[in-house]
Amino acid sequence: MARLADEANKRNGAETGPTEREKPAPPGYFEGESMTRRRVFTVAAQGLGGVAGAAIVLPAVGFAVAPIFHRGKERWEEVGALDDFVADTYRQVVFTETEGIADAGKTTAYVRKGSRELGEDPSEIVAISNRCAHLGCPVRFVEAAGNFICPCHGGVYDFVGKVLGGPPVRPLDRFQTRIRGGRVEVGPRYSVTSQLDPVRARDPGEFTGGIWEYLYPPRPSTFPPPSGG
Amino acid sequence: MKLDSLIPAPLRKPAKPGQGDGAKGAAPADLKTAPERPSEAQKLGDRAKEAPADVLAWVDQRTAASGFLTGMLYRKVPKGTNWFYTLGSATLFAFIVQAVTGVFLAMFYVPSPTEAYASISHINNEVFLGQFVHGMHKWGSSVMVIMIFLHMGRTFFFGAYKYPRELNWVIGVVLLILTMTMAFTGYLLPFDQRSFWASVVGININGTGPVLGPYLSDFLRAGPELGATTLSRFYAIHMLLIPGALIALIGAHLYLVVKLGTTAPPWLKAERPKNARPMSRLEGGANGGASRR
Repeated sequence: MARLADEANKRNGAETGPTEREKPAPPGYFEGESMTRRRVFTVAAQGLGGVAGAAIVLPAVGFAVAPIFHRGKERWEEVGALDDFVADTYRQVVFTETEGIADAGKTTAYVRKGSRELGEDPSEIVAISNRCAHLGCPVRFVEAAGNFICPCHGGVYDFVGKVLGGPPVRPLDRFQTRIRGGRVEVGPRYSVTSQLDPVRARDPGEFTGGIWEYLYPPRPSTFPPPSGG
Repeated sequence: MKLDSLIPAPLRKPAKPGQGDGAKGAAPADLKTAPERPSEAQKLGDRAKEAPADVLAWVDQRTAASGFLTGMLYRKVPKGTNWFYTLGSATLFAFIVQAVTGVFLAMFYVPSPTEAYASISHINNEVFLGQFVHGMHKWGSSVMVIMIFLHMGRTFFFGAYKYPRELNWVIGVVLLILTMTMAFTGYLLPFDQRSFWASVVGININGTGPVLGPYLSDFLRAGPELGATTLSRFYAIHMLLIPGALIALIGAHLYLVVKLGTTAPPWLKAERPKNARPMSRLEGGANGGASRR
């Protein structure tokens, strides 16, 4: 562009080369100032506007996002006497997982004693969540087949909750259990890997174990898994 | 044409060239006979007749809105415009139905996990026309989603997304996403078995996105499980957050439609003006170019 202008100037007999015209100094300018008064006020006004905007937006966003980082109180609920449960089949128990929303906060677990045949400690209690690891529908334990079956998309799990077929991505979740005075209590939820190693609770549809622990990171709102399985 | 006299001059349809009575200088035949003077009542009546035009003119003088309005109302549309071009308006109409019925449903609905279902039963069974208004909102949401997809299909197959209308396509896609979010958040509100489990499944689908998915689920539920604040959160998103964004973006969408105009259907060829000369004659081709087209 500059070259074309130069050529045109040459043809017209005008001076060539860069013709820098001095900018007229703005009103109130004095020698040696680095920033004009107008610029100072512009920057200050925009800065103040930014601070005022942030003062409104940041608390609002924080308010909406805070529940992600909040972990509720650990809840334990008694679900029956130790003698109510056996090792070779499950007993269905219903207890409150989320408080304050009446029946909608209740969840179902299938509970049994540890089975020696499966290599488990007979003194422990196994509580398997009925929440399907595919998308969260309620699964049902079918006694005749010894399987857990999901009505939504056909997920099937075996007796210990490992995936036999269908879309689920990992075994069924479990709940921590303890025995207090001969009564069985059910506590926080945790997820398991395909080898049934306990990990922090994941939402349905999220893989566990290996690299998936990083692709589906544990959320601050969940409880640490029981140590040692 | 009587209506035309009620419209203030700036809002009237611009006259087409070559129209008008033409006899500019001719004096009326009855100029010689003095017209009767109108009575006071007639004068008052005349003034009353002009009142609407006066009011409009008063507003126009202070807003200068007439230029925009005439530009929008009398804008040119291409030949071949057909019923497919009404799908956008149909979507807009569906949105208006949702907005109006939604406002009235909000008068009775209680976004609390223990009372939501009861309030919906109350609307359906006891409120006068409640089931009808609720039904319009419920089925209208499906209508809006269907309409928006048909409108999108029309835009795609007619090539109406091409230059210079790409930005309007982008805005339309955002509107589609917002509409789907409306449908998703609204589904939970009746808080019956179906909406509860559908929301559980929907939130879990959101959670399957890697890295950020789990946090998105927690954000939607306001916690690790579907809880007491999930419903009010969905209610706020459904009632306040998305409708505001929807209205603003619909405004931008319509502004661009009016500004850029609509496209002709793709099967319509560009028409040669009747008195245009064939190109070959201008180029000095043989035969005057009459046989070549």
